[in-house]
Amino acid sequence: MAMKVYGPAASTNVARVLVCLEEVGLDYELVPVDMTKGEHKSPAHVSRNPFGQVPAFQDGDLILSESRAISKYILRKGGGSHLLREGNLSEAAMVDVWLEVESGQFDSAMSPIVFQCFVVPMFMGGTTDMKVVEENLEKLKKSLEVYEARLSRFKYLAGDFVSLADISHFPMAHYLLVGPHASVIDAYPHVKAWIADIMSRPSVKKVTELMEAAIRMN
Amino acid sequence: MAPVKVFGLKMSTNVARVLVCLEEVGAEYEVVDIDFQAKEHKSPQHLARNPFGQIPAFQDGDVVLFESRAISRYVLRKYSKSAGVDLLREDNLEEAAAVDVWTEVEAQQYNPAVAPIVYECLIHPAMFGVPTNQKVVDECVEKLRKVLDVYEARLSRHSYLAGDFLSFADLSHFPYTHYLMATPYASLFDSYPRVKAWWQGLASRPSAKKLSADMSF
Repeated sequence: MAMKVYGPAASTNVARVLVCLEEVGLDYELVPVDMTKGEHKSPAHVSRNPFGQVPAFQDGDLILSESRAISKYILRKGGGSHLLREGNLSEAAMVDVWLEVESGQFDSAMSPIVFQCFVVPMFMGGTTDMKVVEENLEKLKKSLEVYEARLSRFKYLAGDFVSLADISHFPMAHYLLVGPHASVIDAYPHVKAWIADIMSRPSVKKVTELMEAAIRMN
Repeated sequence: MAPVKVFGLKMSTNVARVLVCLEEVGAEYEVVDIDFQAKEHKSPQHLARNPFGQIPAFQDGDVVLFESRAISRYVLRKYSKSAGVDLLREDNLEEAAAVDVWTEVEAQQYNPAVAPIVYECLIHPAMFGVPTNQKVVDECVEKLRKVLDVYEARLSRHSYLAGDFLSFADLSHFPYTHYLMATPYASLFDSYPRVKAWWQGLASRPSAKKLSADMSF
C-alpha cells in the first residue's frame, strides 16, 4: 500500500514531506484536506494529526504528524539516509543543527511574511500587515547574514554535502522567490546561489509544480 | 577522554535541555559560563561557536555545535550504548519516528505556549525589571490548555510521549516545565492528571533533581 500524505500541496509543511518522498522515489498518494472548509479540524483528520494541522502521514498502521519528523522517517525507510548522515556522529549533528536553524530562524521569520503576503489577501480577503512583514524581513536578514557566512565556507549548510537541512528550506524559499520580497536575497550571493541549487533538484522541481498547481486551483 | 563543554548558564532553559541529556547518559561535562552583562555572547569567540550569539554552544574535541535539540541528539547518540540507555530508539524505525514526532511537538506546539508564560511571569520581572504582560500570558494559557488536552489523551494511552518508554521527547520538556511550575500557572496541570503524573515522574528523576537546584531566576 502506498504511503499517504494528508494536506494541500501548497502548504510548506506538506511540501517538505512530499520532497522527501520524491527524493527517495517511494510511491505515495496525496490526499486533499480542504482547509477552506475546516476539514483539518474534522474528527477524521484530528485522529491523524491531533493538533488539527497539516500534514498528517500514514504508512500502513503507522500514523505520524510534524513534517520534519515525517521527513526523517521517509528518508530512513526509503534509502535516503545519506541526507541525514546518521552513520556519522559529527555529520549527523551538523544536519540536526541546521535543521533546527531552518525551523527556529528561517521558517519562523518567513512564516508570518508568507501568511501576510499570500494567505491574507488570497484566502482571507484581507490586507497585508506591512508592519509584520517589515519586522520579519529584518529578522530574516539577520539570519541570512549567518547563512551567507556559513555558505561562504561550505557548499551546503551541514558541510560539503547536501542534506535534509538544505532541502527543508525549499518550501518557504519558493514562496520568497515568487513573492514581492525576492530581492532580499540579492545582498547574499552565496545564499542566492545555494537556493538556486536546491530549487534545481528534480525532486524540488516536481513538488514546486505541485505547489503552483494547487495555488492556481484556488 | 576530556569532559565535553557546554557554554552557557545552568539556569537557562535551553542549556538545561542539553545538561539533562548529559546527566541521563552519565557523561562528564563542564559548564562554561557566558557573561551576558559583558556581552560575551556577542564576542567573536562565542559567535564562532554559535553564530546567532545564543546559548548553549557545545564542544567535544573538534566537534562544535549549537541548537540545544541538535546538541542533545549528538550527546544521546554518542553516549547511549556505553550508558545502556536508548533515548532516541534509532535502531527501530517506528519508535524513532515517535520520538521525533513528540520532540517536534515540544518545539512546535508546547514550547510556543509555555515559553511566553515563563518569560512574562519569571524572566522579564526577575532579570529585566519588566512587568508581566498579562494579555500575552492569558493568550498562551488558552493555547496551553488545548495542547494539554492532546497530551492528556496521549498519556492516557502510553506511559510516556513516544510510547511506553522514556525518550528524549519527554526529557526535552523538562526545562520549560520546571519553570512553569514556578509560576501561578502550575495549577493548570491539576486539570490534567495523566500529564501531572508524567511530569512528576520526570521531575523526580535524579538528573532533573540535580539540575533543578541550579535553575531559578
